[in-house]
Amino acid sequence: MNKKGTVLEGVHFMNGDVACAEGAIAAGCKFFAGYPITPATEIAEHLSQRMPEIGGIYIQMEDEIASMAAVIGASYTGLKAMIATSGPGFSLMQENIGLAVMTEAPCVIVDVMRGGPSTGQPTLPGQQDVMQAKWGSHGDYEIIALAPSSVQEMFDLTIEAFNLSETYRVPTILLADEVVGHMWEKVVIPTGEKIKIVNRKRPNVPPEKYLPFMPDDDLVPPMACFGEGFSFHATGLTHDEHGYPQTSSSEVQQSLVNRLCDKIRKNADKIIRVEEVALEDADVVVVAYGIVARAALSAVRKAREKGIMAGLLRLITLWPFPEKHVAKIAKQAKAMVVPEMNCGQLVREVERSAKETPVAFLSKLGEDPHTPMEILEAIRRSI
Amino acid sequence: MVEETLITEETAHPISKFLREAMMPHIWCSGCGNGVILNCFVHAVDELQMDLNKLVVVSGIGCIGRTAGYINTNSFHTTHGRPIAFATGVKLANPNLEVVVISGDGDLFAIGGNHFIHAARRNLGIKVICANNFNYGMTGGQQGPTTPLEALTSTTPYGNIEHPFNLVHLAAASGATYVARWTTLHVRRLTQSIKKLLQKEGFCFIEAISPCPEIYGRYNKMRTGLEMMEWFKKASVVEHFSDPAKAEITPEKIVVGEFVDMKKPSYEKLLHEQIAQINKKAGE
Repeated sequence: MNKKGTVLEGVHFMNGDVACAEGAIAAGCKFFAGYPITPATEIAEHLSQRMPEIGGIYIQMEDEIASMAAVIGASYTGLKAMIATSGPGFSLMQENIGLAVMTEAPCVIVDVMRGGPSTGQPTLPGQQDVMQAKWGSHGDYEIIALAPSSVQEMFDLTIEAFNLSETYRVPTILLADEVVGHMWEKVVIPTGEKIKIVNRKRPNVPPEKYLPFMPDDDLVPPMACFGEGFSFHATGLTHDEHGYPQTSSSEVQQSLVNRLCDKIRKNADKIIRVEEVALEDADVVVVAYGIVARAALSAVRKAREKGIMAGLLRLITLWPFPEKHVAKIAKQAKAMVVPEMNCGQLVREVERSAKETPVAFLSKLGEDPHTPMEILEAIRRSI
Repeated sequence: MVEETLITEETAHPISKFLREAMMPHIWCSGCGNGVILNCFVHAVDELQMDLNKLVVVSGIGCIGRTAGYINTNSFHTTHGRPIAFATGVKLANPNLEVVVISGDGDLFAIGGNHFIHAARRNLGIKVICANNFNYGMTGGQQGPTTPLEALTSTTPYGNIEHPFNLVHLAAASGATYVARWTTLHVRRLTQSIKKLLQKEGFCFIEAISPCPEIYGRYNKMRTGLEMMEWFKKASVVEHFSDPAKAEITPEKIVVGEFVDMKKPSYEKLLHEQIAQINKKAGE
């Protein structure tokens, strides 16, 4: 283990929260603000040790509202910044997630999901924040959310979350769950040069010509940072390309809010990632994400052994929702099965995209994730 | 025909370079003290010849919250109550920046009170200027955390029964290294005080009592800015380094002056020293 190196290259045995923290460091994160909360605390603990080693900033704020605000401040000052929490903290962050959306502050929010609502079950897994990730802050907006299903992916997708966040100037959410966060697995960390890192677009005009919210063709404006001589203003109010408030202009409201949505919607094909297993000839398709997808994979293999033509569509990107992938496979499949650790959240998106194809929902709450046998049984019932 | 070249370098107002003229006219009512606070602030910046590229002004929500947008520097207008938390991220990310929060009593001490006491406790090098107008002006004059006992507001039609915060006492108790209170009548002293605040290490706080004749004054028999300023003139007593716990604001007496001026290493200084030490050890 190379303690002094920024990237902890090598083969490791670690838990998902630590892998996420190391992924952040590998992505170039230099600022972490947070507040202790089960089951995400290990991310903060690990970064309280590692951030100073790499010359980065770790601060424990007074609450998650403050943490999210500090992350936006650090992002505007040029650092890649992250925050990690679970359900209750995620709820507190929502208003400032909206501020990050509105001011296009790149940042990564990790939500290691536990059981809710309210304080719920802090030490048990859940997938109950999926809709909150998309709709939690007021107003219309689009956001990116990724769902890791292994400790390796806690590392890999944290880097991806930073890259997407920097590319689209949008807060990007890593929607993990308690099992993936606390599970120990092998993690392979490549050398720094082999890791793809994306940094935000910088202005290529002199300060007097810089318009902080004037987008390029990809709908994303280049970003200057405080202290670089650009002297710009940013606000959570509806604003024009100068960053100046325009609180009574319908034109500015329409063009700004539509652009904030379109920069994600129109780039959805570039953003979305799924894993397809045995879909070519599948009659029954399981759509799953996070730790549940691991059990789903096992169930699909067992179904095939028993002669049932089953397949798995594992969603790595949850938002923007991979509706094209679901719609395409739904045309071919006779039935779809959606197991989730909630009362039915992403299944609504699957149903919307699957149209006529019947979708069976398999809920699990307040205990370990679905077993392969439970999902296998649902596959059997669906045909 | 209007001549567009009337304003030259010689004829321009000496502080106009500090303002974003595209944002004018400002939103403040006549008789409001926010313009005085803005004026004192930019004069302090001017007299110190500060590099505007190294200055960051952060405001929250409320009438004075628009200040960030009016000053021609790095500026950010946050969600309600969160300018200090946002400023924390800025100051830690780049300690070479001078980070100033200019916001109101409701923003900083009701919805944002938690951030204020914790930033002061950490002694983070953020400079906070609070315009205290005793009520929520922007939303039409509701009771707030500094509304005096018995005062009338749109939500205390029978008189306020909540005890107000004594802001300088709160700041001193929370650990601020510089604490002062002035009214917008004390233009010179407020400007000098802001200059001091901008040069000190650690968490610094100035309460600037500001008239709100259109809203607060209307409810409380001071219908013009002049009447409110006359109250400040009649009631203000300069008592430097008096006990902030006793520095109350009553119709008869407003204790103004400096209350705290001490040296204490800032959070960012300690943090960066610690980071340097850790890396020195690792390098050995």
